[in-house]
Amino acid sequence: MKKRDKNELAARVARDIPEGAYVNLGIGLPTLVAEHLPKGREIILHSENGILGVGPKPAAGAEDEDLINAGKEPVTLLAGGAYFHHADSFAMIRGRHLDFAILGAFQVSTAGDLANWHTGAADAIPAVGGAMDLAVGAKKVLVMMEHLTKKGESKIVERCTYPLTGARCVDRIYTDLAVIDVKPDGLHVVETVEGLSFEELQRLTGVPLKRMLTAA
Amino acid sequence: MIDKTVASPQNALADVPNGATIMIGGFGNAGMPAALIDALIAQGARNLTIVNNNAGNGDTGLAALIKAKRVRKILCSFPRQADSWHFDALYRAGELALELVPQGTLAERIRAAGAGIGAFYTPTAYGTRLAEGKETRRIDGRDYVLEYPIHADYAIIKADRADRWGNLTYRKSARNFAPIMASAAKCTVVQVREIVALGALDPEAVVTPGIFVKRVVKH
Repeated sequence: MKKRDKNELAARVARDIPEGAYVNLGIGLPTLVAEHLPKGREIILHSENGILGVGPKPAAGAEDEDLINAGKEPVTLLAGGAYFHHADSFAMIRGRHLDFAILGAFQVSTAGDLANWHTGAADAIPAVGGAMDLAVGAKKVLVMMEHLTKKGESKIVERCTYPLTGARCVDRIYTDLAVIDVKPDGLHVVETVEGLSFEELQRLTGVPLKRMLTAA
Repeated sequence: MIDKTVASPQNALADVPNGATIMIGGFGNAGMPAALIDALIAQGARNLTIVNNNAGNGDTGLAALIKAKRVRKILCSFPRQADSWHFDALYRAGELALELVPQGTLAERIRAAGAGIGAFYTPTAYGTRLAEGKETRRIDGRDYVLEYPIHADYAIIKADRADRWGNLTYRKSARNFAPIMASAAKCTVVQVREIVALGALDPEAVVTPGIFVKRVVKH
């Protein structure tokens, strides 16, 4: 089988974001989606710290310490972009104004529970940021992650063993192996990567999957 | 004549008592009022409760205040970062209390304090360990968590321009928490790049009206 690498995964997610969408990209892997949004499609990126219309990284030397994204990296503002304070920014999130939040995950359950903020380790210093607000607030929550842990265990699980970020909030999961919709009656496999059968994906995943509705 | 301008950061923070609750503006270094934080360190107030999105980066600003052991408790959403070593060390040593608050709940609790709201229900964190022990309520089929406002004795924030009435404009994403913190504190102290004549700020562009501001210092 041909696993999707990070860029192929980001490009696959980006393909599903329609013209006119307001989108928040989580820190880490989801940030990569910005670089793969189809050219010519107007998509407005939101950053929790108070930006709509986030543009690409500035050229070297053109960084502005007052213009950063939620990951605290220097960014630019597109024509038409806007700045606003934090309460307004989270009103956009919590008030169901964002079309998509694209988030990383440690685990997603068959019910769409999301765990992405805490490993549960007793000595870990917790940090949550805006993850819980995005999980409950965005109209659609898309998760992108590797299908398996480094030990080969499925990150799609019956019940999350890590502390939850949000309950029943994930709509679609994009992994390096498959695209899976979370529906009230279970997990529907939308597509698998080239050379990976439904049966093999089912064996790797462990929790019950419903057969793909469309071919990749 | 109203004149909220103050000669120096030291003068602006001279009356901060031990045990004060202080909101500090900024998200990372964007909007962090570095000169005011330095003045607070020099001023010497101890046993402070700090409200900020983070718990200090590197060795300057809020991180330096933490390193100087002036902070008893931090309310924030994202303490752990690659360069939050001063917070990490004191937290692990049990010398610093942490109240972890989801970022949007932190913002709304600050906003609620400034707006005179007694409490509010938010869907954020429902069913998670950050809602454990909190009152919940189902409204129109959706589950919510009851959250209370965060009031402060002082807010120290950074803005771009001010006039002597304390009207403020900001610069880019440095605005972040500053407008809501300004409204939530008894005494809001602002570090600005420039103080301009009354009437020079476009009233349509004022983000924080002077009613929320007590002291302005140019730095």
